[in-house]
Amino acid sequence: MSQKVLLSSKEINIILHRLACQLLENHLNFENTVLIGIQPRGKFLAERLNKILKEEYKVKHIDLGFLDITFYRDDFRRGEKTLEATKTKIDFLIEDKNVVLIDDVLYTGRSINAALTALQSFGRPKDVELLCLIDRRFSRHLPIQPNYRGRQVDAINDEKVKVMWEENDGEDIIYLVNR
Amino acid sequence: MSELSVKHLLGIKYLKETDIQLIFETANHFKEVINRSIKKVPSLRDITIANIFFENSTRTKLSFELAEKRLSADVLNFSASQSSVKKGETLIDTVNNILSMKVDMVVMRHPNPGAGIFLSKHVNASIVNAGDGAHEHPTQALLDSYSIRERLGDVAGKNVVIVGDILHSRVALSNIFALKLQGANVKVCGPKTLLPKHIESLGVGVETNLRKALEWCDVANMLRIQNERLDISYFPTTREYTQQFGVNKKLLDSLDKEIVIMHPGPINRGVEITSDVADSKQSIILNQVENGVAIRMAVIYLLASKIK
Repeated sequence: MSQKVLLSSKEINIILHRLACQLLENHLNFENTVLIGIQPRGKFLAERLNKILKEEYKVKHIDLGFLDITFYRDDFRRGEKTLEATKTKIDFLIEDKNVVLIDDVLYTGRSINAALTALQSFGRPKDVELLCLIDRRFSRHLPIQPNYRGRQVDAINDEKVKVMWEENDGEDIIYLVNR
Repeated sequence: MSELSVKHLLGIKYLKETDIQLIFETANHFKEVINRSIKKVPSLRDITIANIFFENSTRTKLSFELAEKRLSADVLNFSASQSSVKKGETLIDTVNNILSMKVDMVVMRHPNPGAGIFLSKHVNASIVNAGDGAHEHPTQALLDSYSIRERLGDVAGKNVVIVGDILHSRVALSNIFALKLQGANVKVCGPKTLLPKHIESLGVGVETNLRKALEWCDVANMLRIQNERLDISYFPTTREYTQQFGVNKKLLDSLDKEIVIMHPGPINRGVEITSDVADSKQSIILNQVENGVAIRMAVIYLLASKIK
C-alpha cells in the first residue's frame, strides 16, 4: 500500500476559505440557509466551514446539523458487514430552507442520493446544494454533481482518497492511497 | 463489533454481552428516528417479515408490526386462531408454506417452550422469538434493560427485584439472563408456590417478603398474575396475593429511597400494583412501551443485515 499527499494542511486551509467565501456569496447572512454535514466524515468539514464563516466572516448565526444516512443507503445487506449507524443531529426544520449538504469526498454519488432521501424526513427544502472537498471525477454512478468543490481529482477505482482532520486524526492532510 | 453473534433471536441465553450493547446502541439511533415527524426509514424495503402468533398478544404484536413498518419491511400477519393449524397442520408445514411465499424473517409467539429453537433448526429463515410458553421473551427483557439504562444510566451494579409469578413467566427468565449478563444483582420475590425450585442456581436471590425486597432494590419489575396459566390454585385468593405482594403508594412512600417501578403489561390495576403507582413518576411503564418499538427495530435491522 503506497500513498501520496494530495493536499497539504496549508492548501486545505486556502480551499476552506475559498469555499466559505463562495457560500457567503450565495447565501449572504445565512438567514434562510442551513448547513448539513453527512456523517461520519462530512461532519468535520461542516464544522470547519461553520467556524470560518462565524469567526472570520462574522456571520452571526448558522443552523448546522449532522445527518446519518445509514438507514437510507442502497447497499444494505450487499456488503460483508452490518452498516453501523452514527448520530443524526438536526434540531431545526428544513422546510422551505436552502440546504447545503456537505461531505468530504464525492465518489459514486450514492451517499448523496441516500442523503437526499434522508432529508425528506425533515421537511421539504426550498433547494438543496452540494459542497464537497474532493470531487473524484469520472467515477459517478448517478447524475449528481457538486455546486461547490474544493479540488477535482482523477483517481482510478483501486485508489482511495483519505481525508484527515486535525481534530480527529491529528493533522489536516489528504492522501491518495493505492490499495 | 458491528454484527450480532447470532442468526436468530431465540432467547437472551444465546446472546453475548456485546450483542446486547450493539442492540442498545442501534436502538438509540432508532429512538431518534421514531421521534421525528416522519418516523420511517427505507432500510428493509426488500425484506418480508411474517408475524406468526399462536397465542394471544396485543402489545407485543403491535410493537413488532410497528417496528417492521417503520423499517419499511413488508409485513404478513398470521393468527393461529383463524388458520389451518385448527385443521391439524403441523408447525413446520405452516411455516414452510408461509416461507414458500418468499418470506425472509419470522416473528413467532408460541405456547410451547422451545418452539422457536425447534423451528430455527428446520426452516430457512431468521427467527425472532416473541415469547415461547414459560421459556423466554427476549425482546421484552432487552427493552426492560434498555429502559433501566435510560433511567438510571447503567444496568451494571443495580439491584433489580422481579415480583410475582416467576414460575410461569418467560419475562422473568429472559430478564434474569439479561440482567445477570450486564452485571446487575437480581432477586425474585413472590409466593413460594410461584417461585421455581432451584432458581438460585441462576445466580439470583430469593425473597418472600415484599417490603424487604423493595428496601433492597433500585428497580422493581412487577409481573402480572397469569390466571390463564395457573392450572391449580397457587395462593388462596387474589385479595390475599395483593395484600402480600401488591405494591401501593403507601408502601413506596414508606421506603427511604425512590425506586423505579416497571411492568411488562398488561397491568391488572389493583392486583400487583395500584393505579396511583402505575401512573406515578416513579413508574416507567409507558417508557418501556416506547422503547419496545426502538429495541425491536434494532433487533430486526441487525438480524436482517445477516440475510444474504
